Amino acid sequence: MTAATATPEPAPAPLLALNNVEVVYSDVILVLRGLSLVVPAGKIVALLGANGAGKSTTLKAISGLLKTEDGAITRGEVLYAGQRLNGLDPEAIVRRGVFQVMEGRRIIADMTVIENLRLGAHTRRDREVGDDIERVLGYFPRLRERTGLAGYLSGGEQQMLAIGRALMARPRLILMDEPSMGLSPFLVQEVFAIIRRLNQELGITILLVEQNARMALAAASYGYIMEQGKIVLDGPAAELAGNEDVKEFYLGHGGDRARSFKNLKSFKRRKRWL
Amino acid sequence: MNTQLLVPLLVNGIIIGTLYGVVAMCFVLIYKASQIVNFAQGEFLLVGAWICWFLLTEFNLPFIPGFILTLVFMMAFGVALQVVVLRPMIGEPIIAVIMVTIGLSIFFQALMKYLFGVFVKPFPQVFETASVAVLGLSVQPIYLLSLVISVLIMGGFAYFYQATRLGLAMRATAFDQQAAQSLGISVRQMFAISWAISAMVSSLAGVVVGVVNGVSSQLSFFGIKVFPAVILGGLDSIVGAVVGGLVVGLVENLAEYVDSQWLHWGALYIVAPFYVLVLILMVRPHGLFGTEDIERI
Repeated sequence: MTAATATPEPAPAPLLALNNVEVVYSDVILVLRGLSLVVPAGKIVALLGANGAGKSTTLKAISGLLKTEDGAITRGEVLYAGQRLNGLDPEAIVRRGVFQVMEGRRIIADMTVIENLRLGAHTRRDREVGDDIERVLGYFPRLRERTGLAGYLSGGEQQMLAIGRALMARPRLILMDEPSMGLSPFLVQEVFAIIRRLNQELGITILLVEQNARMALAAASYGYIMEQGKIVLDGPAAELAGNEDVKEFYLGHGGDRARSFKNLKSFKRRKRWL
Repeated sequence: MNTQLLVPLLVNGIIIGTLYGVVAMCFVLIYKASQIVNFAQGEFLLVGAWICWFLLTEFNLPFIPGFILTLVFMMAFGVALQVVVLRPMIGEPIIAVIMVTIGLSIFFQALMKYLFGVFVKPFPQVFETASVAVLGLSVQPIYLLSLVISVLIMGGFAYFYQATRLGLAMRATAFDQQAAQSLGISVRQMFAISWAISAMVSSLAGVVVGVVNGVSSQLSFFGIKVFPAVILGGLDSIVGAVVGGLVVGLVENLAEYVDSQWLHWGALYIVAPFYVLVLILMVRPHGLFGTEDIERI
């Protein structure tokens, strides 16, 4: 029995798995071209890539919001806790415990902080919503002081409200789309600290889409890099952060030579991944 | 000043104005949820009044149960309309959906004429007394009842939007449909609920006016009067709808007073609200309380 502890832990069962997913918008525009990824339960997984690579589309394919943009999964499957999510309406997916925090926060500007939080609990019918509002405000003390309309909150506060609103649904998996967008470096630190806390204290699994690759890889245990609708590289976050190509293209440093936009060679190396 | 005439007219204006306000709120409810300008709003009154009349005369139901049954029917009617006619239109341009509501309006006017005839039919006597004295004025009891119910409905709307789970979800849907869906709100369900409430509450006004004036296709004209009210208040403002309704009710009756005292043109009260409509469109097209950037049809 003692020998068992010496063997490496078996990989945790995946909470979410995308198998060879293909997504088409308006019946003609192919955006995801056979994408596969795995998110183990209780982990933070980062999904990185350039603009237009299909990161947000991947999240919308999971949350069902694709439907609202005339997109559809044409091949492959999205498995959550062993069940297929493709074809379900967004509200059915939220009820199963998958919650997307959309890019740009999308809080309801003409409602108060508390009303926004209550909206997050829309799918719940229990009587603990009031207690949960208190609990969420405990995570975001600065929201407690804001009694006016949410539209007047600063960008960082709006992001915290968007995350708090997600917590109100008591999700198992949060899909987070660019939480650092438009925030000052200091606020980015704060938001990522909260993401880590939610993962550690509440055990919420997080799939994190980010432009800020450095912060994302520091928070995540595993990372995927996608380009033009496909995963081109994946590995443990620490390994990715050390990878020369990732350093050069996403972390803004690496190699011995100074980078230049005129440097055609780096462009060619990037192409090799496809 | 002939106060003998003016005071009753003003009282009448307030009572009719609250009814306009209630129907205008129903109109705004649909507009806010789905950006649909519902040209069939007046037909909700018409259908509701005919159904109530039918239940009372054909089945000899007393007024209160007949009225409640009418509300239940109209709720189902609103949902059915949304599911059968409007749901397949989701994703189509808004202007197409608005055209469909014009079609619905014509269809239901014709259907009611086919079913119940073209003549005005009076309601069976609802109240024992023809009029009650309030502060020295004689007022029809149905008007008093409608005033009370209208104010209750307005309070109910305020509570619904501020405090209930569904009300919040409807506001979120009105603000940002995709974000609402990301929160697990079923937008289709919200649309159906907004049509159900709108049809049900509008029929209240139909029944009240029907009891006073008899039921006929004239009732859908009441729905057209709601346009000046909502344009005045702002298409997307519930408060604006109430204020606009009251103003239109008062303007109508003041026009009647001016007409009968001095002008003697006759029937000025019918067109007066539309003068208001033209004026407000020239001066402040988004209305008193409306959002400025809303699309105009």
